[in-house]
Amino acid sequence: MSAYPQDAVTRKLAVVSAGLSTPSSTRLLADRLAEATAARLSDEGIGTDTTVIELRDHAMAIAGNLVNGFATEELEAVIESLTGADGAIFSTPIFTTSYSGLFKSFIDVIERGALAGLPVIIGATGGTERHSLALDYAIRPLFTYHHATVVPTGVYAATGDWGSSGDGAGAGLPERIGRAAGELAELMRGSARSHQVRDPFALPPGFSPAGTH
Amino acid sequence: MAAMQFGVFSTGYLPQDPPMTGRAVRTQETIQETVTLAQHAEEVGLDVFAMGEHHNQPFFSSSPPVLLAHLAAKTSTLQLSTSSALITTNDPVRLAEEYALLQHLAGGRVDLILGRGNTGPVYPWFGQDIRDGIPLAVENYALLRRLWDEEVVDWEGRFRTPLQGFTSIPRPLDDVPPFVWHGSIRSPEIAEQAAYYGDGYFANNIFFPARHYQKLIGFYRQRFEHYGHGTAAQAIVGLGGHVFIRPSSQDAKAEFLPHFRATSFGQGISLDSYLEQTPLAVGSPQEVIDRYAGMRDRYGDYQRQLFLLNLPTMSLKVSMEQLDALGEIVPVLRKELDRGRPEGIPDAPTHSSRVAARREKAAGSNEPEKVTGR
Repeated sequence: MSAYPQDAVTRKLAVVSAGLSTPSSTRLLADRLAEATAARLSDEGIGTDTTVIELRDHAMAIAGNLVNGFATEELEAVIESLTGADGAIFSTPIFTTSYSGLFKSFIDVIERGALAGLPVIIGATGGTERHSLALDYAIRPLFTYHHATVVPTGVYAATGDWGSSGDGAGAGLPERIGRAAGELAELMRGSARSHQVRDPFALPPGFSPAGTH
Repeated sequence: MAAMQFGVFSTGYLPQDPPMTGRAVRTQETIQETVTLAQHAEEVGLDVFAMGEHHNQPFFSSSPPVLLAHLAAKTSTLQLSTSSALITTNDPVRLAEEYALLQHLAGGRVDLILGRGNTGPVYPWFGQDIRDGIPLAVENYALLRRLWDEEVVDWEGRFRTPLQGFTSIPRPLDDVPPFVWHGSIRSPEIAEQAAYYGDGYFANNIFFPARHYQKLIGFYRQRFEHYGHGTAAQAIVGLGGHVFIRPSSQDAKAEFLPHFRATSFGQGISLDSYLEQTPLAVGSPQEVIDRYAGMRDRYGDYQRQLFLLNLPTMSLKVSMEQLDALGEIVPVLRKELDRGRPEGIPDAPTHSSRVAARREKAAGSNEPEKVTGR
């Protein structure tokens, strides 16, 4: 029996992958995180409605949005599926010490404030574990700026991680995925984001069209 | 009295060599050509000419009232407007005085479209902070209103020196200040402000998809009704637009393409998908008529339709021909948009209609207007 009302037993999860190759380890990481999150929610009797956003499919539209200042209808719908979710997983390859350009371009076309309060897992992939700190010096601040709620565990997967069970220095990839998923599921459980109607014309609190006089 | 006004607006852009990136060239020629084009707009039967305000290259239009005063002397029926005048970085006292003087010179053929500008550094250049964009627009306009509506003003605000017992001069023509449209492409605060005062709302309607403006205009209409100025359908709406007309659709597109490619908005997108996604219409007269006759299906019956005058790479000859083409389609558009226009939808505001309305009100009830007290 679920402790939650009937109409709220599903949570929306948006999964954003900036992987470029097929198959992509960035997408693989995103999927693993999504499955683990859905499993945790399922343990609580909550269903998960997952939307996967492959940024490579929208690369031209994202570039067009940067240059022209508006999104195509399709890209607008993609962004809305993210901003109206109860939780999100972002996964990007690390290119030249940071998130990929496509990943950043996508974040750049999202309106300020639209990710505020969104529970988020940040994930990244790379050839070696030497760039794992990019999660915390580049990707985490990006979402902090957007006032998203980033879970404490970020998940970095180096190529070697896909064939190892962890070493003495830390937990293996499956454990890190499980921990991050648990943290996200916990935040998503209490989220009402996907049930909220967002008013695009909400005036700032205290705004008076006549001024203060 | 025309139900709707049709006209052209210019940003006051100079050609560049090379286009988009090079030095601004042909300054004097372009300014003189703009005067010629404004006169021609009147000749072909258009109602409005509007000029923008900028303070950076490659623009020439730093002072719309100077140019418009010149046009007032060179034309006789053309309504002179701004597209837009900066409400943020201009002192409201100067705006009140300059446009009131212009109003007298032009015999009342003046209104304003106010905007916040699109060049960030203009704020610091004029001693302001861009983060105050909305508060400046709100406070400056509140003062502008009082300077026009009240003979003697005491004022204290956040952004300018206080005023004690100040009277802005000259007083507006017939004590009826220029009509004001508030222009915005994004901010609901400005739509709210327009609705609050019962002023017009102008959506530039180019650059973004129609669905974007549809939402903003819908919001303004709702708020106009909320503040008690009339029904939502009676709110005063103006739209920008952009067209290029040749007898055949193919010729229009082929000729327009290089001009489009030499603009900032013509990058990284095909002309066809830009045509599909924004209100730009390039084609035969009938295609353009169909597109713009359909605007009210999206936005409701409206009062003013302005078209972008030209692009900086267009020659005077081409720009004149485009005005000729507008002169031919506008009578058809007038007829189309008049048909089925419901009773009670206000005509486009003009000085004489506003003077008449004021007389009527004075003759009738003494009750001040519900919200603004006017």
